[in-house]
Amino acid sequence: MRVRPFLIVPIALALSGCTGWQSALDPHGPHADALSRLFWIFLAILGTIWTATILMLLLALRRRRAPDADPLMTRPGTERRMTIVVSCAVALTVMTVMSLAVVSYGAQRVLFAHRDGPLTLLVTGQQFWWKVQYEDASPARTFTTANEIHIPVGEKVLIKLEAGDVIHSFWVPSLNGKMDAIPGRQNEIEIQADRPGIYRGQCAEFCGWQHAHMGLIIVAESRQDFERWRDGQIAAARAPDDPEAQKGMEVFMTKPCIMCHEIRGTSAGGKVAPDLTHVGSRQYIGAGTLPTTRGNIAAWIIDPQRIKPGVHMPLIQLAPEEIQPLAIYLESLK
Amino acid sequence: MRALWLFPLAVLLLTACEREKREFRPPQMSGETDEEITLSSISAGSSPPTQRTSGKGQEYEDNAYHISQGQKLYHWFNCNGCHANGGGDSGPALMDDRWIYGGSIENIVQTIREGRPNGMPSFRGKIPDDQIWEIAAYVRSMGRYTPKTASPGRRDAMSPGPAEQRRPPAEMHQGGMIPPSAQMPQ
Repeated sequence: MRVRPFLIVPIALALSGCTGWQSALDPHGPHADALSRLFWIFLAILGTIWTATILMLLLALRRRRAPDADPLMTRPGTERRMTIVVSCAVALTVMTVMSLAVVSYGAQRVLFAHRDGPLTLLVTGQQFWWKVQYEDASPARTFTTANEIHIPVGEKVLIKLEAGDVIHSFWVPSLNGKMDAIPGRQNEIEIQADRPGIYRGQCAEFCGWQHAHMGLIIVAESRQDFERWRDGQIAAARAPDDPEAQKGMEVFMTKPCIMCHEIRGTSAGGKVAPDLTHVGSRQYIGAGTLPTTRGNIAAWIIDPQRIKPGVHMPLIQLAPEEIQPLAIYLESLK
Repeated sequence: MRALWLFPLAVLLLTACEREKREFRPPQMSGETDEEITLSSISAGSSPPTQRTSGKGQEYEDNAYHISQGQKLYHWFNCNGCHANGGGDSGPALMDDRWIYGGSIENIVQTIREGRPNGMPSFRGKIPDDQIWEIAAYVRSMGRYTPKTASPGRRDAMSPGPAEQRRPPAEMHQGGMIPPSAQMPQ
């Protein structure tokens, strides 16, 4: 076989993609740990078997034997030896499969042993964004946000998954495996982050044109930071003081924005698009597509179809002098 | 001559070029279309009432894509709240043969844009113009004024009746307060 040194560079580059904020090989929670351990155990055992098989095959191919006079002749000694070898191989295969099944079952018990914890979220997959509802025993403390989930560090968070239109799949590789969101039924998955940080998730089931731009952010922070964030999110949006932002609010309330989006504390109550009550506090707009800046918000409003072709937000006919105040207003919604 | 079998194949492939036309990207800064619709065919004097349509209706009324988009928007914008899946509730039924303000797509577009007395709000400026046309195209499909092949199929949500494409085609009766379907046989 010819060695192809130029292949080493792309392989190394591809593998370097396995680190970072969206990688199953970079686990940050017990569930992802269990999965990652499972992966490495499988890789080690199956890799060893594959190497051994290939070595045996090479040995067998290299060995030369004098041809028999009669090709149909059998030797009882060779036959017996071959029977023993094949029986051992079959037994080893069965043992390997059985033990890997047991290891896999053990890991799955960690993954699926969940009950209602202190924090439950109802996450609904939509084309092409994630609707996140924080549940609470007190209805006044429930709220809705989009595409950004904050969780306290070191605590189990139960996520109930639903879908609004087609099948989606919730996948935060650093925290847990995939779980499908299916219209008409509810699936559950639990996540826990052991270290504070920002992890990225992604829809893992092709759901339409902009499936690849259906990301979400998980922010794991200390309990105090989380409580502060939650109190801020429960509160309705404050009316802006800045005259420019006030004009932007007026644009929002009188233009098509109000038909789809909700801003709590105002008369905007649309439910078909992401809740914008605290959109300025989110790190990304367009489900992980663009960082939240005034310029990006304006670019998104002017032409969402250029940034995410096929997204359900239509082109809105706004006058140029209306877009700047609108972007200022949305950015001010912290 | 050996490649003669390629000929029917090419013809078959070319038949796939006959596709429904649709606009993928509406113009960025188009205002609303200018429709001049009359609700009554009666006018004083000899000249009939003037009527002017932009011709946009042809693009939308029999187009399967626009009708299915309209179906989605109809539910998103809660037309169900008054018209209840077309069966009528506090608003009039949309799937029957009675059209108080006219049943052509231009009439329906004007009804959505302007609003009508006794409850229908005006959605001018609240729904972009192309989306209004799509909703109107869907409303027409409720009573099967559109071809079966273009009308939308079953929705994912629970449906109170057969899908739009499975309803029998309707006959349109313009105007009037008593629907012809409710009149006693003579």
